[in-house]
Amino acid sequence: MSTRLATGGRLTDRDIQVKFTFNGKHFRGFAGDTLASALLANDQMVMGRSFKYHRPRGPVASGAEEPNALVNLGKGVHHEPNQRATTTELFDGLAATSQNHWPSLEFDIGAINSQLSRFLPAGFYYKMFIHPRPLWKHVYEPFIRQSAGLGRAPHAETRDPDTYEHFYAFTDVLVVGGGVAGLQAAKAAALSGAKVLLIEQTAHWGGRAPVDGGEIDGMTPEAWVDQTLAELAAMDNVHLRTRCMGAGVYDHGYVLGYERLTDHAPAKDTPRHRLWRIRAKQVITATGAIERPLSFAGNDIPGVMLASAIRDYVVNYGVSLGDRTVVVTNNDDAYRTALLLKSVGLDVPAIIDARPEGGGDLMQEAIAQGIRVEKGRAIGKVKGSKRVTGVTLCSQAGEGGLLDEIACDAVAMSGGWSPVVHLWSHCGGKLTWDDEQAFFRPDLDKAPISHDGAPFVTCAGAANGHIHLSHTLQDADTAGQSAAQAAGFKPKKSQAPQATAQDEAPLVPIWLMPQGAGYGLRSKAWLDYQNDVKVSDVQLAAQEGFESVEHAKRYTTLGMATDQGKLSNINGLATLSHALGEDIPQVGTTTFRPPYTPISMGAIAGEARGEVFQPIRQTPMHDWHAENGAYWEPVGHWRRPYCFQQSGESVEQAVHREVMATRDSLGLLDASTLGKIIVKGPDAGRFLDMLYTNMMSTLKPGKCRYGLMSTENGFLTDDGVVARIDEDTWLCHTTTGGADRIHAHMEEWLQTEWWDWKVWTVNVTEQYAQIAVVGPNARKLLEKLGGMDVSADALPFMGWADGELGGFPCRVYRISFSGELSYEIAVPASLGRAFWDRLREDGAEWNATPYGTEALHIMRAEKGFIMIGDETDGTVIPQDLGLDWAISKKKDDYLGKRAQERSHMTDPDRWKLVGLETLDGSVLPDGAYAIASGKNANGQRNTQGRVTSTYHSPTLNKGIAMGLVLHGPDRMGEVIEFNTTAGGTVKAKIVSPIFYDPDGEKQNV
Amino acid sequence: MSNAVSALQGSTYDGVVRVEEIGLQGMITLRADLGEKPIATALKSVCGTKMPGQRGIESKGDISALWMSPDELMLLCPYDAANDVAAKLTTKLAKTHALVVNVSDARASFRLQGAGLREVIAKLAPVDMAPDQFGIGEVRRTRFAQAAAAFWLTDDETAQIFCFRSVAPYMFNLLSTVSRPGTEVGYF
Repeated sequence: MSTRLATGGRLTDRDIQVKFTFNGKHFRGFAGDTLASALLANDQMVMGRSFKYHRPRGPVASGAEEPNALVNLGKGVHHEPNQRATTTELFDGLAATSQNHWPSLEFDIGAINSQLSRFLPAGFYYKMFIHPRPLWKHVYEPFIRQSAGLGRAPHAETRDPDTYEHFYAFTDVLVVGGGVAGLQAAKAAALSGAKVLLIEQTAHWGGRAPVDGGEIDGMTPEAWVDQTLAELAAMDNVHLRTRCMGAGVYDHGYVLGYERLTDHAPAKDTPRHRLWRIRAKQVITATGAIERPLSFAGNDIPGVMLASAIRDYVVNYGVSLGDRTVVVTNNDDAYRTALLLKSVGLDVPAIIDARPEGGGDLMQEAIAQGIRVEKGRAIGKVKGSKRVTGVTLCSQAGEGGLLDEIACDAVAMSGGWSPVVHLWSHCGGKLTWDDEQAFFRPDLDKAPISHDGAPFVTCAGAANGHIHLSHTLQDADTAGQSAAQAAGFKPKKSQAPQATAQDEAPLVPIWLMPQGAGYGLRSKAWLDYQNDVKVSDVQLAAQEGFESVEHAKRYTTLGMATDQGKLSNINGLATLSHALGEDIPQVGTTTFRPPYTPISMGAIAGEARGEVFQPIRQTPMHDWHAENGAYWEPVGHWRRPYCFQQSGESVEQAVHREVMATRDSLGLLDASTLGKIIVKGPDAGRFLDMLYTNMMSTLKPGKCRYGLMSTENGFLTDDGVVARIDEDTWLCHTTTGGADRIHAHMEEWLQTEWWDWKVWTVNVTEQYAQIAVVGPNARKLLEKLGGMDVSADALPFMGWADGELGGFPCRVYRISFSGELSYEIAVPASLGRAFWDRLREDGAEWNATPYGTEALHIMRAEKGFIMIGDETDGTVIPQDLGLDWAISKKKDDYLGKRAQERSHMTDPDRWKLVGLETLDGSVLPDGAYAIASGKNANGQRNTQGRVTSTYHSPTLNKGIAMGLVLHGPDRMGEVIEFNTTAGGTVKAKIVSPIFYDPDGEKQNV
Repeated sequence: MSNAVSALQGSTYDGVVRVEEIGLQGMITLRADLGEKPIATALKSVCGTKMPGQRGIESKGDISALWMSPDELMLLCPYDAANDVAAKLTTKLAKTHALVVNVSDARASFRLQGAGLREVIAKLAPVDMAPDQFGIGEVRRTRFAQAAAAFWLTDDETAQIFCFRSVAPYMFNLLSTVSRPGTEVGYF
């Protein structure tokens, strides 16, 4: 059984007990434990079930690479699935549940899949569920979706109560990884004076070295780590951060760091996670190496663990995996596990070394300790189901013929080490295969390069392939110095620490154990634990023609689980390359993508939630709207009132009331959101003539003109009223959503094409609160306020004037989008609310009625005015809308002119704008198509037009619409049919789009 | 004018730093080729300040000139003086290609006060806030999370920020959110 040893545990504090629950059962651990170490200490070996076959699984590793021990963490709103028990620090009250099992972890119905595994080979789902086609959508997919996934997804309505934030950090040198290599690299870089940020994903410094032993400058690794850490902490130019993982390396030295602030102490009132958005001149990845499993039958049975992880649990947490541990290896490093277990009084029945010649000094030490060493041997298979009970011994060179059986309750395996090259690879660093050490290491000639073509990532220590302590520190020192130099600093000449560790004999690559294993054994030899991919699956994929590693990956799902194949990738590649008869480097690796391990959605969102999820733009009158029943409509980032609902009123009733009140007497509209751009300069007129389809240079000061803007492809993109302020100044109104876009459009043309034209622009949209005073009594209200002459003579239609109304400085535009007598009045935004209040109060005698965007839309539609975004959709040119009157024939050029002359644009068959009136008075559905006879090549009904905007007109008390119809203007009076959302069609007559006051008598008074 | 009110009318929040909407601030945009001599001359004679260098600030009395781009200055002055200053500049620059606009009402201004302000800003703006990288007298146009903004430090523990008026509530909430006690980073 796995248990807590009598002594030991350098990271735990046995004086502090920590209570937690797993599947509702109460357990105790120590401060400093991980969830995995605490569960093992309580003999809770099985922590989850595998994805496909639901096999019982215990931890196989001790850190970020763990594929098996994934749990649901937390309850209720704090629930989070797929959390690795090996990296979850234990805290009082932690509640975890196991995943992917039914009805219980101990007894699982889905495990029957395991018995059926020969019928669930690689690509099973693709093969099985492809026929008959309709069954996929209605039967197979829902079924598979239900059984897919490991942890339980949070409920859709759950709101995460924790907070998160971002932090922008800049540094000369970023070091990722706080093992001995990272510490030394940071020190070497920092001695040059460079700013250094050192981040470590765990809560502890020093990495593996304190566990693995050796000597650094005559000290134990632990003592050296403490000393170096103290030196770094004393340097002003060094910043140290634990629990902060280097998640991804991106272009130009951009790195994401994922800091977990309170996962280990959830009671604190601080952000849970902080996403570090780091800009580094140079990045050093000192990310260490990960031990590889060996592929033998039953290598996933709980009790089989990486040899290094078994050491970690003993040394760091004082936890043993079992009393009798068989060590199986192809290298010397695993002997350290045997020696350690022996030293704490545990039994090691045998070391099974696949190398015919065995190992070096470490082997001799093991033999001297009386440990049985079996050279050239392999594990035939592991015995047991929920727990290892023994192993069979066979010859590595053979097919698995039984030589002996060894009873044991744990197996420590080591297939060699793989440098963690993920961060090196994220931004394009290439790898090279090291034949001698049998791993991919960074190809230093093909580093990730920055904007200047120079490398910006350096690897240090084990991550660079220097996995023996004696080389690790020297390499890290060099990396630190060269990164500092590349960042523009002068490194100090210094002696790298002298490290010693026992010499190791070379390893022998072993990709299958025994090498001639038959199908029965291969189909029980796991490569990818989390996704249940076995040696036999990868071989089958190769047989079936999936020769590219990327294809084989997707076909078998190798490395596609939440651990992204940290343990399985190299073993899988080797298996594939053998099956294809190619060398490993020829097959290559799959792509390493960020993040290194999954990061929380909350960290990505940062502070952006609730009221700061997104900026919502508010006009100066926003609060009044909110207090007076505004039914909001998002327009760009603005919120505008769609209508103002009075008590007991429906939205439709409110809109109806607002339209009628405005037509009958007086309406007020908050038009502040409309874009306002000042354009000034000797070339401003010429510039505007290019931007607008009509002439703006001929506009007289004091006058307004409605204008259209097209893209260079001829399509209508914005409209608005332009006022000429003085000889060389114009003010251009844009649509609400168009203000920033059109300003940028202007600047782009001025800065890139017409850079020699003398024109300046300023976007003054927010400088003014703008209020439309609309209706037959509009003038009376302004006259009551007094201060300037707003009579028809002094301020005719399409004129503007500066002045004062009721003591407010203002600019009054006599323009109308409603067909009524109308003034738009701009006042400084800081006076907007006061002016709005004054208009309402003084207008009360005419029932001044604030109205929203829907009433605005209806009134303009009644007048047949087009709306950008309704009548236009990026494919409509002004000519389609009958706006030829606003297209200058006199100008040589304007943006869109040539495009509008192309054959498709002048095609008489383009659909054109007309008004539409249903025969039964109903409202046409928005976007409805007018049907035509026959069908098109796709078997769809032919069409001859579509509705672009449609309303119930309160003024006319019937449905009115505008639409684009084939030859529409030539077909006045004709009745065509539109489809409806309910099915069937509705008849509508083609009419003029101007439904109300066609002669404009009302606006011209 | 007595009726004039700023977007948030002086809202405050006390956390890691004090966040304060500072009310009405006179602001004038000057668009011109800042390298042209008449521009510097007009600036000197109307505002009394030198032409600021790249990302620089020049102040004289209650007027400051903030460099926004090679062809844009932002002038700060008392709110009630903005129309007058803008008119004087326009007159001085009558014969020069330039555009002077009073934009005081288009903006909202905030002050951050406290030792932690560099960290608070670094949570929102992609700017190197290290003391040796961002000093007093430098202005930065950037974004605070999702809103465009500009800021500068007036002393080691005071920063001033402006953004568009329409996003003032967002900016205030944003600054308050990342200033909550317990969110200190300890980086600078």
